[in-house]
Amino acid sequence: MIGILSYVVFFLIQALVYSIVALGLNLQWGYTGLFNIGVAGFFLVGSYTFAILSGPAYSTHLGGFGLPIIIGVLGAMAAAGIIALVVGIPTLRLREDYLAIATIGIAEVLRLVALNAKGLTGGSRGAQSIPRPFQDVIQSNFWNNLVYLAIVVAVVILIYFALEAMVRSPWGRVLKAIREDEAAASSLGKNPFRFRLQSFVIGCVIMGLGGALNASFVGFVAPTDFLPILTFEIWAMLIAGGSGNNRGAILGSVLVWAFWTGTGSIAQAVLPSGLQVKGGALQVILIGVVLLGMLMVRPRGLIGEEAVVSREAQLGGDGRG
Amino acid sequence: MGQYIADGIILGATLSLGAIGLTLTYNILRFANFAHGELLTFGAYFGLALAGALSFGPTLGSLTFGWGFILVIILAAVLTAGLAILLDMIVYRVLRRSDVAVALVIASFGASLMLRNVVVFIWGPQPEYYSRSIAIARPILPGVRVTSDEIFVVVLAAVLMVALHLFLTRTRMGKAMRAVSDNTLLAQVTGINVANVIRMVWVVGGSLAAVGGVLYGLTVQMIPTMGFNLILPMFAAAILGGIGSVYGAVLGGLVIGLAESVSVMWIDPGYKPAVAFALMFLILLVYPSGILGERP
Repeated sequence: MIGILSYVVFFLIQALVYSIVALGLNLQWGYTGLFNIGVAGFFLVGSYTFAILSGPAYSTHLGGFGLPIIIGVLGAMAAAGIIALVVGIPTLRLREDYLAIATIGIAEVLRLVALNAKGLTGGSRGAQSIPRPFQDVIQSNFWNNLVYLAIVVAVVILIYFALEAMVRSPWGRVLKAIREDEAAASSLGKNPFRFRLQSFVIGCVIMGLGGALNASFVGFVAPTDFLPILTFEIWAMLIAGGSGNNRGAILGSVLVWAFWTGTGSIAQAVLPSGLQVKGGALQVILIGVVLLGMLMVRPRGLIGEEAVVSREAQLGGDGRG
Repeated sequence: MGQYIADGIILGATLSLGAIGLTLTYNILRFANFAHGELLTFGAYFGLALAGALSFGPTLGSLTFGWGFILVIILAAVLTAGLAILLDMIVYRVLRRSDVAVALVIASFGASLMLRNVVVFIWGPQPEYYSRSIAIARPILPGVRVTSDEIFVVVLAAVLMVALHLFLTRTRMGKAMRAVSDNTLLAQVTGINVANVIRMVWVVGGSLAAVGGVLYGLTVQMIPTMGFNLILPMFAAAILGGIGSVYGAVLGGLVIGLAESVSVMWIDPGYKPAVAFALMFLILLVYPSGILGERP
């Protein structure tokens, strides 16, 4: 019983950490229409920044600042935000596909840095012993996981309400206006570039936070944790749950992560060891089918975006937007 | 230095062949096709399967393959063009019609990961080669050594580019493609069948990508991620040359190939793949329309 329960706790922590990243992506894609396919890169920056700031002293690479965990998390968010600014400024003025190309590029470059800049990141061996909150106070693995789950849930709730408030504010309405009709929005005096940049940076900051929480939970980061497959999974989560809906992003994360770990365990149990690699390949193909099928059959996802109708339009008559 | 330039031209030949298809799909179908790299991968692996089935015949001179390999390249190109059309029919066509047309980029990103894993599923993750025989590099200029295979790669790429130029300027279909690329609506009004043009884009882009993939497999090696590793340099080439410009893509491919290769003189080879990205970033920052392009 305790075995199942501890697995559920473990599963939920991972799923909810990914849901934080999916919420960041939802602000960018769901509300602003920005193609960020370098999610793994911003996640990487958050993870490594946290490891360097809050981790122990490493003999082979930078670290040992031993800063409080909260400082590490804030640093991770700031670092992801700075990278987002650098990527966003040249590309957000251009056609939307350029951002896609630039973000996938920066994710690859960041992975190369993680792999090659041994003095900064520890190279292919990564960084170990990344601290977790209360690890000295609560020794039991199960109870520590449970506390960590509580922290992650609190962060998800906090981000959820913050994002809901933001997208319902006038600022959020401008984002949607730009997404739907850039020319109309700019003719009303809104600078599309500035709003896009703000949305992009905030989204990436949230992804950096997710990266920090993941590094702290797993206790270990290595360049292979940040392959393009991660970006793909986050996108599948958002598309399946429903882009443009924050609850959809969270729901999609839990469902897709359940699907991913479920098919993974089945493949591991059923397939002989020689076919494990092929099983892994099949797993990615399956999740791709889910993503493409969702895009084609139900592009709004399980819970799509709600129609928001202004009060004036509602008074005016039947108008549902 | 000379050796790096020679290596850069050889890499550039593959990049140019890939970038042509990328720039055509971007300009005519209006989306960045991230699955284009996998067309190179599939071209190379189709070639591998065919090379196993067909005999090359005796090797030609100092090349590592015989006449049969030409047939292998042609068949791999045909199969890859078929795959590209199939992908368009199953995925892209549906999404083009729906109101979430912007989802094409995400779909292509998803398709790229799936196709890569189909390669792992069929052929496995290990590196593959067409031939186990070792190609001997001989000096052609002081300090520059290349293999006969590498000369073949550059010559074949050049021949294909001339053929493409003739196709685009001399044939009805080629002119129709350029017309659709310039202005789809106007082209439609003058009676050009846009559906046929789209099919032709996949045929041209897919078969050139396949040849690029086979040539890369011949001179480097084949791994399931080869196309993905080449997609960024190809995008960089297409953007550098100016999106939509076929000649720009060829030029861009050469420039990126040279830059990646020569960069090794100054930077850690581990960062070689980042050179293309850095160049692309610089172009987007200062001159987003590219060398031969018209508009961003």
